[in-house]
Amino acid sequence: MSDTTNPPVKTEEEPPSGDSMMQRIVAGNALISVLAVVIALVIGGFLIAFANEDVREAATYFFSRPMDTISAAWTAVSDAYIALFRGSIFNWEATTFAGAIKPLTESIVFAVPLILAGLGIAVGFRAGLFNIGAQGQIIVGAIFASYIGFAWDLPVGLHLLLAMIGGAVGGAVWGAIPGVLKAKSGANEVIVTIMLNYVAVYLISYTLKQPVFNPGRSGQKSPAVAESASYPPLIPDWLVPGNSFRLHWGVIVAILATMAVWWLMERSTIGFELRAAGANPNAARTAGMSVGRITVITMVIAGGLAGLASTAQVLGTEGALTAGVAASYGFDAITVALLGRSKPWGVFFAGLLFGALKAGGFLMQSLTQTPIDIVLVVQSVIVLLIAAPPLVRAIFRLPDPDRPRRSARTAKKQEVAA
Amino acid sequence: MSTSTVTEPVPDTEVDEAVVGKINYRAPIVNALAALITLLVFGMGPTADAETTFQVSSGSTMFSIPNISLPSLITILVLGFVQLGAAAYALVLVRARRTVPVWLHIIVGLAFVISFLVYAGAGRSSVIPVTTLLAGALALSVPLIFGAMSGVVCERSGVINIAIEGQLLIGAFAAAAIASRFASSYAGLVAAPIAGAMVGALLAWFAVRFQVNQIIVGVVLNTLVIGLTGFLFSTVMSDDAALWNARQPLSTIKIPLLSEIPIIGPVLFQQTILVYLMYVIVIVLQFMLFRSRWGLRTRAVGEYPKAADTVGIKVNTRRVWNVIMAGAIAGLGGAFFSIGSGLAFGREMSAGQGYIALAAMILGKWNPKLAVVAALLFGFSRNLGNVLSSIGSAVPSELLLMLPYIITILAVAGFVGKVRGPAAAGTPYTKS
Repeated sequence: MSDTTNPPVKTEEEPPSGDSMMQRIVAGNALISVLAVVIALVIGGFLIAFANEDVREAATYFFSRPMDTISAAWTAVSDAYIALFRGSIFNWEATTFAGAIKPLTESIVFAVPLILAGLGIAVGFRAGLFNIGAQGQIIVGAIFASYIGFAWDLPVGLHLLLAMIGGAVGGAVWGAIPGVLKAKSGANEVIVTIMLNYVAVYLISYTLKQPVFNPGRSGQKSPAVAESASYPPLIPDWLVPGNSFRLHWGVIVAILATMAVWWLMERSTIGFELRAAGANPNAARTAGMSVGRITVITMVIAGGLAGLASTAQVLGTEGALTAGVAASYGFDAITVALLGRSKPWGVFFAGLLFGALKAGGFLMQSLTQTPIDIVLVVQSVIVLLIAAPPLVRAIFRLPDPDRPRRSARTAKKQEVAA
Repeated sequence: MSTSTVTEPVPDTEVDEAVVGKINYRAPIVNALAALITLLVFGMGPTADAETTFQVSSGSTMFSIPNISLPSLITILVLGFVQLGAAAYALVLVRARRTVPVWLHIIVGLAFVISFLVYAGAGRSSVIPVTTLLAGALALSVPLIFGAMSGVVCERSGVINIAIEGQLLIGAFAAAAIASRFASSYAGLVAAPIAGAMVGALLAWFAVRFQVNQIIVGVVLNTLVIGLTGFLFSTVMSDDAALWNARQPLSTIKIPLLSEIPIIGPVLFQQTILVYLMYVIVIVLQFMLFRSRWGLRTRAVGEYPKAADTVGIKVNTRRVWNVIMAGAIAGLGGAFFSIGSGLAFGREMSAGQGYIALAAMILGKWNPKLAVVAALLFGFSRNLGNVLSSIGSAVPSELLLMLPYIITILAVAGFVGKVRGPAAAGTPYTKS
């Protein structure tokens, strides 16, 4: 179950060598990604139109006046997508410059935990481990980071650093459990990580009821994290006057983490072993690598990254431990890692895209009453289409980059799949 | 339940270790651990004269059974020594390189659970309602069993079905919407498997036709269904809840005679048609998978598609149809969340049960019978947490609610260990 986590399309499209070939593939992939986003938005548009009350009302007399339905649908869809854009990139209706670019900063705020947790999941994918446990790792990381953040009293700088390390350690511990169990007894990491997610959910509600975490007896929120342990705002007031941005230094952490993961995966010995174990565990074992050790290391790194994702929440955006601190970042991060094809920079940009969809989704929901769930539909359609380039090519009748080989195979496949 | 690496019984214990492999002490260790927890943790709890009361009768049985009171401490000690004895017997068997029988594990498991119940209810005025405990456990297990059956059909034919969660959810949605629209719960019962099969068909289309990684398709389909049902729930459904999301519970059917059996009668035979369908599906699947041509071919396709192809089995066609059928089974199971429990549809109603069904399937080693046991174990421990936190136990309720998940982890790591699924599960097949 764990040895085939990389999409087969990827291996198909990874050229053996040659720069022109490489370029062509990259161009092709970029085009397919853009087209996938377009199709997903079109499908989302149909759903929005279908669910819109005006459209359904106009549709009752569709055959007498079809244009009514079409124009109602157009209004519903364009209103929703304009709100999505205004909520995620640029709000031209704002009165100040700060207000106009606030949506962009909000997108990044949502993207930071997605990127960090997505990197963790991507590292697991590359090692052939299907880590569904980012959610639990974020939660445990958040418990650790918030405790250090509000309970300890340390000088500025050191406090933030220790709280970050605490978060990473918390996530790493939670990630290490499935790693060790898999290495020692072969326990399937998919099951163990899923179960640990649930355990973490009960753990956080238990923690929030403890006297240390719950001075106000609400059971919902811990004391606020000290100023010295919080990420400072990224854009100071003198640069953009009058801003109320929630954007914090967590984004720098995300960029640094992306670079670190890139170096780790592509340039370090551990990364090489990790990819070898992911590509073929038997071959890696034959080559003298300890696959069990690699499994544990991978899960520790993955958990640590998810723990860092939690610090973006508790030390930045939220400023305290809350029951819903992890939101659904751990699960969304899986789609982010898939969309980014488990490559560090791919994950980074996928995280930005999904963060933007999330930020825009909230404005869309409040302005046009279009439920934010539509964002989930759009996201999943994007990932599905990107994973199946032949489908996108078929929709747009694009030529196949390696036609002679594939056309023969597709014909045969159609024959057996029919 | 145990996988001891010893497969053939070798009478001579002095055989070269390299030939037969190391003795696997997992079974006796796990049993001894259970015995020690019983004696040292549970045994320390109750005072000498404390009693635990079990309520076994339920209103509707022909025979009424009075509540049973047991002296807590003595019961725990007796059960603890039973487990210790079982551990010793397992040790003897393992030393003799013989396999530890499954019934031994069942005895240990039962003794452990009962002693835990005795410990939790010791010296309390509240009784432990056995029938309620079991009925609730079955109710929590029904979607898991449907989901696990779906997973078995899929993976036995070589396609990993992570989309069980999505199939359950869309089944719950379709059942609620259609049952409400036509004011008939049985209409919902027809719609649910169709909706599930549609998700199954998407999975098959992407996994077989486009050869996309099956785990990826599954995860993404789950997100898609969550988004889609959530979107329709907060638009169409809530705009006109009376038309699209009114409660339409399936009626309970009492099976005469069988439902009068004490304890298990009301638990097993006072259910909706959905639960009876589940019994049928499990039995038919268990038989078909191992005793029919369909089963043989399905397993061949999942184990060694090349060989199956060589003898003329259409690998991908079979996979597609099996995946669609598996989707229908899970979709039907999803109906239990809405019409099967007499509820209207709610956002993300399946709440991750599909993933737990997947765990039950792996725990049950891709075998319908064992997967049912695993699902029941899970449902039971989850309901145990619910019941104990409601009768007021000393243990914090969050820790009790964690119990089923921790038990599953321990079971996966301790009892099952390295399990081997169908060899070709997850790999697309291309004729070469």
